[in-house]
Amino acid sequence: MDDPATMPRAPLGLPLPHDSATLHVTGEALYVDDLPEPPGLLHAVLALSPEAHAEILALDLDPALTLLGDNGLAVTARDIPGINDVGPMSGPEPILADGIVAYVGQPIAAVAAPELARARAAARAVRATYRRREAVLDIPAAMARAQYVCPPHRMTRGDAAAAIAAAPRRLSGTFAIGGQDHFYLEGQVAMALPQEDGGVRILSSTQHPSEVQKMVARVLGLPEAAVTCEVRRMGGGFGGKETQPAIFAAIAALLARRAGRPVKLRLDRDDDMTITGKRHDFHVRWSAGFDTEGRLHGVEMELAARAGHDADLSPAIVDRAMFHALNCYRAPAVSVAGYACRTNTQSNTAFRGFGGPQGMLAAEEMIDAIARDLAIDPIELRRRNLLVPGDATHYGQRIEHMALPRIFDALLDGVGYASRRAEIDAANDGPGFIRRGLGFAPVMFGISFTATAYNQAGALVHLYTDGSVLLNHGGTEMGQGLYRKVAQVVAAELGVPPGRVRLAATSTDKVPNTSATAASSGSDLNGAAAADACRKIRSRLADFAARAHGGAPDEIVFADGHVRGPSWSFDLATLATQAYRARVQLWDSGFYATPRIHYDRARNTGHPFYYYAFGAALCEAAIDILTGESRILRADLLHDVGRSINPAIDLGQVEGGFIQGLGWLTSEELVFDRDGRLRTHSPATYKIPTARDLPPDFRVRLLEGADNPVATIHRSKAVGEPPLMLANAAWLAIKDACAAAAGTRHVRLDAPATPEAILRACGRLPAR
Amino acid sequence: MSKIHVSAVVNGEPIEYLCDPAHTLLDVLRDQLGLTGSKEGCGSGDCGACSVTIDGRLTCACLVLGAEVDGMSIGTIEGLAQGDQLHPLQKKFVEMAALQCGVCTPGVLVAAKALLDRNPDPSETEVRYWLAGNLCRCTGYDKIIRAVLDVAADMKETAR
Ligand code: FES
Ligand code: FES
Repeated sequence: MDDPATMPRAPLGLPLPHDSATLHVTGEALYVDDLPEPPGLLHAVLALSPEAHAEILALDLDPALTLLGDNGLAVTARDIPGINDVGPMSGPEPILADGIVAYVGQPIAAVAAPELARARAAARAVRATYRRREAVLDIPAAMARAQYVCPPHRMTRGDAAAAIAAAPRRLSGTFAIGGQDHFYLEGQVAMALPQEDGGVRILSSTQHPSEVQKMVARVLGLPEAAVTCEVRRMGGGFGGKETQPAIFAAIAALLARRAGRPVKLRLDRDDDMTITGKRHDFHVRWSAGFDTEGRLHGVEMELAARAGHDADLSPAIVDRAMFHALNCYRAPAVSVAGYACRTNTQSNTAFRGFGGPQGMLAAEEMIDAIARDLAIDPIELRRRNLLVPGDATHYGQRIEHMALPRIFDALLDGVGYASRRAEIDAANDGPGFIRRGLGFAPVMFGISFTATAYNQAGALVHLYTDGSVLLNHGGTEMGQGLYRKVAQVVAAELGVPPGRVRLAATSTDKVPNTSATAASSGSDLNGAAAADACRKIRSRLADFAARAHGGAPDEIVFADGHVRGPSWSFDLATLATQAYRARVQLWDSGFYATPRIHYDRARNTGHPFYYYAFGAALCEAAIDILTGESRILRADLLHDVGRSINPAIDLGQVEGGFIQGLGWLTSEELVFDRDGRLRTHSPATYKIPTARDLPPDFRVRLLEGADNPVATIHRSKAVGEPPLMLANAAWLAIKDACAAAAGTRHVRLDAPATPEAILRACGRLPAR
Repeated sequence: MSKIHVSAVVNGEPIEYLCDPAHTLLDVLRDQLGLTGSKEGCGSGDCGACSVTIDGRLTCACLVLGAEVDGMSIGTIEGLAQGDQLHPLQKKFVEMAALQCGVCTPGVLVAAKALLDRNPDPSETEVRYWLAGNLCRCTGYDKIIRAVLDVAADMKETAR
């Protein structure tokens, strides 16, 4: 295939609005729950386990069935005709509990009725009797029992223990990192429509339609070809709609099949938060050996994650945490161990960054502690430890490009770091209850699915005889602007104004066997696949035009809706019509597989990432040492998106990612009680950032003149996940303020930095 | 349960409906009147995705019963544009990329309009506090705040 990086320009690089922007502002954009309800639709509701771990001795549906009446129905695991397993990596991972419940909130039965209220009442009436088993709720308990969802794994390079022992200085620490609910504003929803031939059509809010298709087929015992999954748009995904939607789509499909009627299953917020998996919380232990200049000699790290009751994607997520456990820093000897702990809680899942944020925060905590230990400026210490081209990471990838020195300089230029540092230190020495701090954090995030097979995509492009274009690809739109970006690629390739390219909903009957829109890879993969399809169409048209009108195919230009040869010019519609009459194919499919990547997990060598995305942030925080409240007063962000396909969309990803990361590290706290019940299951108790939490001084820039050195589409870089980790700087700034308040060099600040965590770090509340 | 007869004005149009006493105004708008621009983000008054105005007051439609609005005037996102003519707030949100997934957007716009109706010249802090009841998980709010301030500034300009 041609190098996707060499391509025509306009409308690439233009800040065009989101493809549905006008529909969004008028309220006309339709999400699954907004679609007109088909005749005979039943509304489904789930009955949930109140027990964290128990045997189901008896399940009594009779009271529910009485309430449901003639038009309703109820199903349990026994009613599944196929296999009760939607595990993406290993299984079985049941959609409805079969004999055992493994967390509070696990669906044990599903009911459906024409009226939602009736279905709700019936779900509450489902009766079960349980025999309790011991519940293992958190990381320490699971670690003590060596209870994991997959075997622990270690990445080693050199002899870390010996390097630490021989180093002039040593330091070690431990801290906890909290989880995070996705809180996509549109909750999980699926509608299942039985088809005339025994098949089923699924409308789902999913980042992974192919997996929904596969899992529905598996649960119903149908061939995959009998199941179609379609998604036009999601109201946010963030990773929470990568594996989880399969559960709800499969339950809706099961009910629909039994009832012979369409079924919609939409979770309300409390059910969504109670049932679905979240970002993994982690416990981190690290020890480092370094010299008096602060250069790392050896690092040992232990990353233990709460996987929940099933594996889901946890093995890959813990792997990514391990990949990023040194962030951008070099160390000759490294040993990183990862544990995915099996607990009786929700099965944690993908969330923007996919373990990377937790690994990276561990690296930043370690570097911060070393800087404090040696009283070296933390930015200077980071510079000293940056990887340089030619280095190998602790997983054996050779570093080819390193943008961070440039980003450090560009970010710090004009932010007054030294003078603000001095001013803050002086103010912190004075009286008062407010203490301030500065935090700086770089980001180096590996781009590619670490499971190499997923790095592929397909597209289908139709040119019609009036010159309009219909675009289909395997990526899904969750607000991130993927549809717009891929349409810009297509418009550029075919030389048409972007308005000529219409976007069709993503559907498994158009482009099959797709990967999840995840790992930030959406536009890299689907953009390149769509470009491939366009090039095939263009080259056939050019051949035809050269034959028909003269000139060589490669001197024919597609631009501004026209096709031009040496001595002729037609608008695209005219040429397309001529070509159609001459029986030339005007549509084609495209395919892309990311080149170069490979990784041997057993030997810990390879090149798992096609490239890295870089960024850095400087934050200033204030804390109130009486109440523990914190505020980020100012944030300066600089992020590398390569040569942007759409700078408005990319900037939005950087801003939104940072604020989401800020929520993760400050206000968003998942609180479980002793029985394993999640107590923060609505926005009344679970606090995501609001407009008030945005730093009053917020300066966000994209790195200029930074073409991706590898041949991605238009030399752009993936942008979905990396900016979230810029928020590490906010956490470090709060920690810096805590250290000033505590008057000690070292403080332990657990994430999220809630008021309680801050007061503990300041020594004003006893440690947990 | 017997249904309750309600007459109200929605986006300027007089309408009547029979309402299940347990249904919220949000249910009525979405399921009975086909106005699905108002979204349910939480159903508990915490996210603002269902924001509407009732007799000019900004309200969460999920916290009001459909039967309670008899004789009142409801404003929803569907009433913001004048035919094909987008409201300046809508235009600015498109232009400044103040949206991503779009689920919060109708509620944010209804809330922003309610703010500018009562205070055409809000400070940035006033905008932030006013919109703090509208959760957005995607944008990080900055562009939303800028867009509202920009519209206020434009309005001041044209009023002169
Ligand atoms: S749905 Fe009404 S405030 Fe959230
Ligand atoms: S744009 Fe998605 S919630 Fe605001």
